[in-house]
Amino acid sequence: MSEITREDVQHLAGLARIALTDDEVTSLTAELSQIVDAIATVREVAGDDIPATSHPVPMANVLREDVVGETLTHEQAFAGAPSHDGERFRVTAILGEEQ
Amino acid sequence: MEQAPSELTRLPGHELATLIAAGDVSSVEATQAHLDRIAAVDGEIHAFLHVNGGALEQAKAIDERRASGEQLHALAGAPVAIKDVLCTIGMPSTSGSRILEGWVPPYDATVVARLKAAGLVALGKTNMDEFAMGSSTEHSAYGPTRNPWDTERIPGGSGGGSAAAVAAFEAPFALGSDTGGSIRQPAAVTGTVGVKPTYGGVSRYGAIALASSLDQVGPVTRTVLDSALIHDVIGGHDPHDSTSLKREWPSFTAAAREGAASGSLAGLKVGVVKELDSEGIAADVQARFKETVQVLTDAGAEVVEVSCPSFAYSVAAYYLILPAEASSNLARFDSVRFGLRVEQQGQTVEDVMAASREAGFGPEVKRRIILGTYALSAGYYDAYYGSAQKVRTLIQRDFDAAFEQADLLISPAAPTTAFKIGEKIDDPLAMYVNDITTIPANLAGIPGMGLPMGLGDDGLPVGLQLLAPMFEDARLYRAGATIEALLADGWGGILTTKAPELAGGAA
Repeated sequence: MSEITREDVQHLAGLARIALTDDEVTSLTAELSQIVDAIATVREVAGDDIPATSHPVPMANVLREDVVGETLTHEQAFAGAPSHDGERFRVTAILGEEQ
Repeated sequence: MEQAPSELTRLPGHELATLIAAGDVSSVEATQAHLDRIAAVDGEIHAFLHVNGGALEQAKAIDERRASGEQLHALAGAPVAIKDVLCTIGMPSTSGSRILEGWVPPYDATVVARLKAAGLVALGKTNMDEFAMGSSTEHSAYGPTRNPWDTERIPGGSGGGSAAAVAAFEAPFALGSDTGGSIRQPAAVTGTVGVKPTYGGVSRYGAIALASSLDQVGPVTRTVLDSALIHDVIGGHDPHDSTSLKREWPSFTAAAREGAASGSLAGLKVGVVKELDSEGIAADVQARFKETVQVLTDAGAEVVEVSCPSFAYSVAAYYLILPAEASSNLARFDSVRFGLRVEQQGQTVEDVMAASREAGFGPEVKRRIILGTYALSAGYYDAYYGSAQKVRTLIQRDFDAAFEQADLLISPAAPTTAFKIGEKIDDPLAMYVNDITTIPANLAGIPGMGLPMGLGDDGLPVGLQLLAPMFEDARLYRAGATIEALLADGWGGILTTKAPELAGGAA
């Protein structure tokens, strides 16, 4: 049985920037333990001699010519933004008071 | 030739396109017939999240171009439904999520741009599990889609909307995306056809990413030929997608036509994957599969059994790799550039981000982001994510060995017929193992097709899966069209013609 605690889930949620409710933390703690137990079997088969595959078709350094392509206009880029000033996306304070 | 509008929606896509190309039916008539059908039955089915208000205007433009003597693509004027995972100018693209509610992208996905360039008319956007996470379309933030064969049941997922739309005759063609079976499994449970192309064969540009090393866009239709026609339009290299393959692909349409005409599988070596025809596969699905193997044998195929022992670990590997990639991909929903923002006075941007993601993501998305974050975190990375990537190598090796013995592999496309809405929603693991038959192809990057192979004991469709080696998508279309024709001969028509009429669709 995986030892996933409430604190673990709260920590992960912090890393993932999701403000989970207490109820969600409770249910995810139970579910995550179950799921991790089920998927931990991957550790049984993969020996040190097996290389990892990250991508089905090996490719590296796919580059294009360094020329200006079609890009979005400011208007297009801001069309779906929650807040902007016409030139930049607008966000709330970057730093908290304690910083 | 006079056709009643309701008859136009029953035609396979290629027949409708032929009538339009010949000028016997206008694109406006064909589009209107499908819009009428959507208006009549989509209240029951809920395949669409958005119906394109500009569809008739676009159809009219195609009719005018044709009338002026312009040479148009063979599919010009035919209607198509588009999975909501794909970005579309002028139509909201939500990926089934609350966090993107009402978002209208500033660009078209490459596949959408290619359909437009060929003159196809978008009917609208189809429902899906949120960010394509699910096998039932129940995880859509906008409510479930219902299976046209039995509206108490799921249409599969994540692309249940596209599959249900073509099965319910709301669209002749649709697009889907397949990360672990999201095209093939819905095809299986709705009696339709769907293809996951070779990884890199179709551009992912403008497909809202779930797991970038697994996602592929592909066709969803009622016949193999119709899928081939769409695949030919959307496929091929795209400089906007760095994982897009620079290859010349053969005509899949030609392959499907050859396959349908030949009626024979002589010379084809077909491998039955032992591990996908046993544990966890329902008895009636196994029975239909056995009968189908017999049909293949009778048509001249040489059927051999192949073993892929590492498939036993494919679901586990998938549910590490997918959440890991998804947790990274979904970091872009930061409430800054697009999508939902939930904020209160005095909060920092990080608080706003966390509150927005909490409000905008549904339970399955949160579950997988947390799982992915766990799999990638220090101390667990090698044990989980690293091991899963090694399993991926083992699965590729299993396929390599299997394809030395066979030209094509076959299995049931889904372990059961459509289950009831609500049956598995509270049990994530039960939902996950449902993908066992389709996941290995995504991990290896090979192409796969789902197509009907009959009805189960409950009268619901049962799907067959064909798998071909990397780059050999044409083999799926050739054999798939032959198998489709052989089975349809036995049934007296393709399977979707046997679906019960919907209440709203009665003439």
